[in-house]
Amino acid sequence: MDSVYLDHNATTPLHPRVRAAMLPWIGERHGNPSSIHSFGQAARNAVEEAREKVAALLGVRPPEVVLTASGTEANNAVLAHIADQAGERGHLGHLVTSAIEHPSIREGAARLEKRGMEVTRVSPAGDGVVPAADVLSALRPDTRLVCLMLANNELGTLQPVAEVAAACRERGIPVLCDAVQAVGKIPVDARELGVDYLVLGAHKFNGPLGAAAVWVRKGTELSPLLVGGSQERRRRAGTENVPAIAGLGEAAAAAKDEMADRGAHLASLRDRFEAELARRMPDAVFHCRASPRLPNTSHVAFPGVEGEALLIRLDLAGFAVSTGSACSSGAVEPSKTLLAVGLSPEEALSSLRVSFGITNRLQDVDAFLDTLEREAAALRRLAPTAAREVA
Amino acid sequence: MTADLTHGDLTAVAMSGGLDSSVTAWLLARQGVPVVGLSMLLWDHSGVEANGRCCGALDLGDARRVAQQAGIPHYTLRMDREFRQKVVDPFVSDYLAGRTPSPCVRCNTWVKFDLLLERARSFGAGRVATGHYARIVEGPDGPELHTAVDTDKDQSYYLFELTAGQLAASLFPLGEMTKSEVRELAREAGLVVAEKGESMEVCFVAGGVREFVEEQVAADPERFAGAILAEPAVLVDTAGRELGAGQPYYRYTVGQRRGLGLAARSPLYVLAIEPGENRVVVGGEGELLAPGLRGERLHWIGPDPEGEVEAVVKIRSRHPGVASRIRPLGDGRVEIDFAEPQRGVAPGQAAVFYQGTRVLGGCWIDGRL
Repeated sequence: MDSVYLDHNATTPLHPRVRAAMLPWIGERHGNPSSIHSFGQAARNAVEEAREKVAALLGVRPPEVVLTASGTEANNAVLAHIADQAGERGHLGHLVTSAIEHPSIREGAARLEKRGMEVTRVSPAGDGVVPAADVLSALRPDTRLVCLMLANNELGTLQPVAEVAAACRERGIPVLCDAVQAVGKIPVDARELGVDYLVLGAHKFNGPLGAAAVWVRKGTELSPLLVGGSQERRRRAGTENVPAIAGLGEAAAAAKDEMADRGAHLASLRDRFEAELARRMPDAVFHCRASPRLPNTSHVAFPGVEGEALLIRLDLAGFAVSTGSACSSGAVEPSKTLLAVGLSPEEALSSLRVSFGITNRLQDVDAFLDTLEREAAALRRLAPTAAREVA
Repeated sequence: MTADLTHGDLTAVAMSGGLDSSVTAWLLARQGVPVVGLSMLLWDHSGVEANGRCCGALDLGDARRVAQQAGIPHYTLRMDREFRQKVVDPFVSDYLAGRTPSPCVRCNTWVKFDLLLERARSFGAGRVATGHYARIVEGPDGPELHTAVDTDKDQSYYLFELTAGQLAASLFPLGEMTKSEVRELAREAGLVVAEKGESMEVCFVAGGVREFVEEQVAADPERFAGAILAEPAVLVDTAGRELGAGQPYYRYTVGQRRGLGLAARSPLYVLAIEPGENRVVVGGEGELLAPGLRGERLHWIGPDPEGEVEAVVKIRSRHPGVASRIRPLGDGRVEIDFAEPQRGVAPGQAAVFYQGTRVLGGCWIDGRL
């Protein structure tokens, strides 16, 4: 049996349309978009077409879209820009972020803190949502930026970005929205959200690795993180990754075309999984099930079962899921996000994240449920020896 | 752990990213044994363990690559907490108690077999294979531990605390091979680790052992019962005469000759370390010779023998061994008489008992007779 991939919040397989759009650029075509000749012109055209498609997906104008190599790079670029600007004023000031941001924001903010910027990290409530009122009450006259993700990568919970952005706008405080997990899964209209920077990454919505973008509101600046060329209107130097950018554009176009069906399909998979799981394993604990959340993400704890061992058993049986946030060596640690929403380390370490994708089918869900039930039961039989102390 | 180790269909290979464990995994995979590669994250070499980071273990990347080359699944298990508790802290405490610890024995027994086997069982692997140079031979009373065919590489000394039950659930595929054969296999297979050298003696200590001990205590004195790093020790002879001031006592090892900083007509050796008095007793070569040793935590791999046992005893990993009479005293205590007096009976080291190629068991050295 082929393995079933249920970890789409980590990365996704390429959409067939994306693959078709990329193939010429890793095959017969090539060119540096900055070159004057016809090869360069064709490559430039591919990049600009992609930019238009990304802009169309977000409901913004193409020149406002800056292409980067990753969402992490885009988040870092905005943070660095804000710090540079504040530095010019002689006082780094204050940054507001949430306690459940992606590491690129979390560690980026920590780096600015070391340079002298004050950082307020607003905790989520137990429902996995950062209260807008708490973010707003953290604002100060010297707040330089607010960072709030649109959808949390682990819990899938949606954050009150529009509400926060509207209030920040009145006070003239820019808002950076990391929308990497949301774009392509739910409709995202950058203008409607009212933020100033919005970040997306192609590989989270069936595009390729190595292409991402940050939308920068017209009139808002972004100084380059990388210098050494005039690409991206001097906001991001470096020869464009044409194949990946072509893929990003097509992924955006496919997402726009398929959005309504996607949401319904993902929700049907996830809802069937949760309903059936609750029936078969009544002691399973769903995290943030009643909160506004992405249609594809389910986070569930199996009390008394070690998540790491369950993940390995499932992988050996052909089902790929996730537990916690893996660090670079691949070992499992309790997820900071789960701890932030009030779970104990034991609960966090007994949890799995299942994130469905557009290529999953209902029979994948049923097969997964059978295996999950079997493997969790096998682990419970070993529980006296398998249960580990968590200090 | 009891002998109740059901053999699952799956064999877990402990993969460090070194040559030996890589070839072990590759060999078993080639033989068609269903295997899963497991790497243990034991110690953070980047020195920022407090942040919960675990990105310093460079060799784990090699383990993952070899697993891909062998076409087997591979996972990294975080065991740094257990490793600190079971191996590193006792290592530091031993030095503070004036002993010379043998952390590799503890690591092999507690981590590679007790813990790893338990974790492997949690996902259906009933056996653990490792790249140790040692052999498991089926004997009349169950599985026996024997020395490796490659006597230069033999690692049976480090495995003396295993139980027969653990041996029944273990595989040492390299025990019948020589190191050069193992390397040749790695080259033929094109494994990325084929030209890798030997691993360090004590894997978690990057620089000097004594500096490591001081760093650990300084970082968290409470962990070591508020130990305060000692003043320079007083060097005395066997009659108790003061010969001068030396370094702190835990910087010495029994049997040590170099670095004493004392002028004497004949070479002087460390005979004993007395942390309570902050004294280090030194003496001539003749005084270093011990007729036997006192041991504790006596362990037999097979059933306990009746009465005294004749065996060859190794009092450190590279010791050639000495014919001995082993006299169990009950309660894990034991006295061992050597046929020839031996130098360097160091408290904290393991004494391991051999009959021919077979490892009977061993004990931990408490002092000399």
